Amino acid sequence: MTSLFEEITPAPATDVPVRRVTITVNGQPRTLDVEPRLLLAHLLRQGLGLTGTHTGCDTTNCGACTVLYDGAPIKSCTMLAVQADGHEVQTVEGLGTASELDPVQEGFTHEHGLQCGFCTPGMMMASRALLNANPDPTEEEVRFALSGNLCRCTGYQNIVKAVLWAAQRERDAQPPEEAGAEAATDDVPVEQEA
Amino acid sequence: MTVTESRALDEIKIGGMGSRRRRVEDNRFIRGRGHYIDDIVLPRMLHMEILRSPIAHARIRSIDTSRAYEIPGVRLVLTGEMMATRNLAWMPTLSYDTQAVLATDKVRFQGQEVAAVIADDPYIAKDACEAIDIEYEPLPPIVNPTQATADGAPLIRDDKENQHDNVAFDWEVGDKERTDRAFAEADVVSKISLHYPRSHPSPLECCGSIADFDRATGKLTVYMTTQAPHIIRAAVALVAELPEHQIRIISPDLGGGFGNKVPVYPGYVVSILASILTERPVKWIEDRTGNLISTGFARDIYLDGEMALRQDGRILGVRMHTTSDHGAFFSDAQPSKFKIGLMHSAFSCYDIPTAHLTARGVYTNKAPGGVAYRCSFRVTEAMFFQERMIQAAADDLGMDQAEFRRVNFVRDDDFPHRTPFGFLTDSGQYAKCLQVGLDAIGYADFRMQQEEARSRGRLLGLGISTMTEPLGAGNSREYDILGIKMFDSAELRVHMTGKALLRTGAKTQGQGHETTWAQIVAHELGIPAEDVLVEEGDTDTAPFGMGTYASRSTPVAGAAVSMVSRKVRAKARKLAAHLLEVSEEDVEWELGRFYVRSNPAQGVTIQECAAAAYSNMPDGMEPGLEGNAYYDPPNLTWPFACYIATVEVDPVTGVWDVLRFVAVDDCGVRINPMVVEGQIMGGLTEAYAMASMQFITFDSEGNCVGSNFMDYLLPTAWETPGWELHEVVTPCPHHPIGAKGIGECATVGGPAAFVNAVIDALGGTGVRNIDMPLLPDRVHEALTQHHDVSGAPPVKTD
Ligand code: FES
Ligand code: FES
Repeated sequence: MTSLFEEITPAPATDVPVRRVTITVNGQPRTLDVEPRLLLAHLLRQGLGLTGTHTGCDTTNCGACTVLYDGAPIKSCTMLAVQADGHEVQTVEGLGTASELDPVQEGFTHEHGLQCGFCTPGMMMASRALLNANPDPTEEEVRFALSGNLCRCTGYQNIVKAVLWAAQRERDAQPPEEAGAEAATDDVPVEQEA
Repeated sequence: MTVTESRALDEIKIGGMGSRRRRVEDNRFIRGRGHYIDDIVLPRMLHMEILRSPIAHARIRSIDTSRAYEIPGVRLVLTGEMMATRNLAWMPTLSYDTQAVLATDKVRFQGQEVAAVIADDPYIAKDACEAIDIEYEPLPPIVNPTQATADGAPLIRDDKENQHDNVAFDWEVGDKERTDRAFAEADVVSKISLHYPRSHPSPLECCGSIADFDRATGKLTVYMTTQAPHIIRAAVALVAELPEHQIRIISPDLGGGFGNKVPVYPGYVVSILASILTERPVKWIEDRTGNLISTGFARDIYLDGEMALRQDGRILGVRMHTTSDHGAFFSDAQPSKFKIGLMHSAFSCYDIPTAHLTARGVYTNKAPGGVAYRCSFRVTEAMFFQERMIQAAADDLGMDQAEFRRVNFVRDDDFPHRTPFGFLTDSGQYAKCLQVGLDAIGYADFRMQQEEARSRGRLLGLGISTMTEPLGAGNSREYDILGIKMFDSAELRVHMTGKALLRTGAKTQGQGHETTWAQIVAHELGIPAEDVLVEEGDTDTAPFGMGTYASRSTPVAGAAVSMVSRKVRAKARKLAAHLLEVSEEDVEWELGRFYVRSNPAQGVTIQECAAAAYSNMPDGMEPGLEGNAYYDPPNLTWPFACYIATVEVDPVTGVWDVLRFVAVDDCGVRINPMVVEGQIMGGLTEAYAMASMQFITFDSEGNCVGSNFMDYLLPTAWETPGWELHEVVTPCPHHPIGAKGIGECATVGGPAAFVNAVIDALGGTGVRNIDMPLLPDRVHEALTQHHDVSGAPPVKTD
C-alpha cells in the first residue's frame, strides 16, 4: 500500500517533519513516512485502512483501540506511530481470517458478547492476550484482564462468558483441520435451540 | 386438522419468534468490518474540528481567525457571524426553543461551539483551532436552579424576546383539589426530597457526520450518527431550506446511542454548510470531551415528594414538585406534548386515587438537553423517585417493603387501569413478578441473615424496585416531533426465489434489528430468518419512520414488520388459491405453507407463492410480492419489572458491594430471548453506574467536572456485579405479536434497587436518603454523622 504521507497529509507545509518507520502489522512489514506526532491508532485506521481498531476516548480509558504490540495488549491511542518502529502489531483484522475465526471471535458471537460492536475489537484483542498467557482463566481473572476495556452495551456478563467459552474451546484442543472446518460453517448464523 | 397432519415448519428451527438466534450483525463486527462513521472515507474529503468555549458564561467581544488561515492545509474557518449570514447561527430545538449553532453574542456553557476549522487533515484542523483568537468578557455563571431563580440572577437567555428570567417553563398535571383532600384525610404524610444527578449516555462511539454536497446534482448526502435519520432529513429540509428529495441521510453502524444520538447537534449543521461552501465532503468526528461537555446530557432534576397514607398501608394520594435544570437551551429531545416528558408516568403500577405534579424547568450555564438517556423522556427519574418514595413511605409506616408494594399494586384483573395522572395501562401481573423476585433472592432468609449480621456489626441491605413504564412512543395523537406524528413503518419485498428484503423506519444501534426483525418475518411468513435481509438507516431507501429510542422499535416498528408480513401473506394466499386451483376461502395457512382445507396434503409453500408472483400470476393480478405498512399503535406498551439488590456496606469506609441482583422482567412475548437478556444486562449495568459512580457536576465557575473518562466513571467488568435474570410473560393486548418494549427497563428501574438496598443497610441510623451516586464518602458521611446526604454531588477540587 501507500505511505501515510500520501494518504492523509496531501499538502503538508515544507517544515512538517516526517520519519520513516517499518512496522510489522498483522504479519506484514509496512514502511511508512509518518509525522512524529501521529498516534499509532490513527496510523492503523487512516494510514493503513485497518478501521477495526476504534477510538472511543482521548484519555487511555476505554480500550476500544487495544491492539497487540509484540504480543502484549496496549492502547494504540496512547502510543506514537514512531514508537512502534521495528515492532510487531496485531489488530482485529489479524485475528482469524474472514472464513476462519479465532475462538475468541467465535466466543463473542456464540455468547452474545457484543451489541453495538464498537468495543468488540479491543475487547477481543485484550481477551486474546489473556488466553495466550493463561489458557484456563477464572471468571475473576477474565474480569480483571478486561478491566481496561469499557463496554457500554452488554454489562460484561456475556463478554466474560465469551472468553471462558473460547478458553474451553481451545483447551478442548481439537485437531486443527476440524476446528477450521467448524469455524468456517460459523460464517452464517447458526440457529440454536431455545 | 390434527397435529400429525401438520406440515408447518418448526418455528425455532427457521429462526422465528422465541429463537435464541445468533446475531447476523456479529459477522462483520467480530471481524472489525463494521462501518462506523469514522470508518467512512470519501474522495476529496476534508476534516472539521470545532473550537469550544472554555468559559461557561461570557460575552464574545471579538473573534480573529487570521492566524488560523495562515496554517497550511486550512480551507475554511466558520464562525457564528458567517453562519448568521445564512440564517444558520441558531436552530430550533425539538422542545420549541432555539439553540445556538455557533455562538454569536454570548457563550452560555463551557464547551459551547464557537468556531469550526475545515482542513485537509484532522491534526491540522486541531492546530488551527488553537490559532483562533477570541476575546471573552466573562459574566457570572449560573450552575444550579437555586442560583437561576435567585433575585437579580443574570439573564442567560437575553437572546429571547419576552424572556425576563431564567425559567424555561412551569407546568402541572393531575388533580390538585382532589389531591389536597387526600392529604387532609391522611393518617400519615411521608415526605422526601431527592436529586437525580446529571448524567451522560456516553455511547462508546462519539458523534460525527460526513456531509457531501454535490453542486452538479444538488444532492446533499449526510452520513450521520443519528438514531432518527428521517427526522433529521425533515429537520434539514426545514432549517436549511433544502428540498427534501435532495437530502439523503445515512446512519451507518452506530457504536451505541442510548439517546445521545437523537438530537441535532451544531457539528452536523456546520459540517453541512462547510460542504456546501467547499463543495467537498466534510467529516466531523467529535472527541470524547466534546461529547461529554456539549451533547445531550440526562437527568439533573430535583424532587420534593409527599405521599398521603392510611395507617393500613394504602396510598391515598401523591404530590410531586420537580425542578429540572435544562442548561442553556431547552432542547430536550422528546416528542410528547408534556413539558416534563413522561414524569407523570410515575406510580402507574400502584392503585392510587389521585396525584398532582408541578414542574419547573430552568436555564443554567450548562450544556443543553437530550435528557433522555436509555429512557422514555424522564421515565427514569419518575420511576426512581417513585421507588424511593415508596421505600420511605413503607419505612415511615413501619411496614415491610414487599408487603407495602403488594397492598398498593394494581391487581391483575383491574386492567385496563387509569393511572393517577391519566395514562391507561393495559396488562401486567405485578404481584407475581414481585413474588418471583422475592423467591429468587430468598427474601425471608435474607431478612434473618441481615438481622443476624447486624448483631455482629455487619451492614447488609436489600432494596426492591418495582415499576411499569410507558414504552413505544407514539401513538400519533399524543406524540409528535415538530408536528410529525409518531408512528413507524416497514417495507417487505419477497423476491422470486423466496428470499426477502425488509426495511424499516427504525435504526438499530446494537439492539440487533438485523437479526430480530427477520425473526418476526419468519414467524409471520415461514420464510427462514436467514433468508431475510434487514436494512435500516438510509432515508433514500428506508420507509419514513421515527427512528429508535425510548424502547420504541419493537412496540412500533416491530409491529409494522408484523403487519407488512401479514399484508404480504394475504397476497400470497391469493397466489396459493390460484396455484391450488381452489377458491381463496378454501385455503388454510400453517407456518410456511398454504393448503387446501379439505385435503391438507395438497399445499404450496410460501416460496412457491413467491415464484408465482413473478412467473405465474393469475390474469389481472398485479405482479410482485411486496408491501409496506405504517403502524400507529393504539397505546404505549407497559412492561413491568421487579429488581432486587442485596448489598453489604462497609461500616468503616462506606464502600458498598452488591451481593446479588435479581431481575424479573415482563416485556410480553420475547422475539429473541438472548437479545432481550442482553438488553437487560446492559441496562442494569448503566443503572449500577448511576447508583455507584457515574455523574457529571460543575464547579462554581461552571467548569464541567466529568469531561473525560478519567473523571466521568463508567463501570468496568471488574466492578460490575453479576446479573440473575428471570421472566414473567404477560402479552401486550394490542401489539400484533404481544411484545412490549424492553431496552430501557433496567436503566429505568434499576437505580432505585441499589439505593434502596444501601439505605436499608443503614436502617436504624436515622438516614432516610443519600442521593446518587452513592460514593463511599457520601455513604460514610451518612453513617457517621447520622444524617441524609442530599443534593448535587460534591465537586472535586485538587
Ligand atoms: S481510544 Fe480510548 S483507550 Fe484508546
Ligand atoms: S458492544 Fe457496544 S460498547 Fe460494547
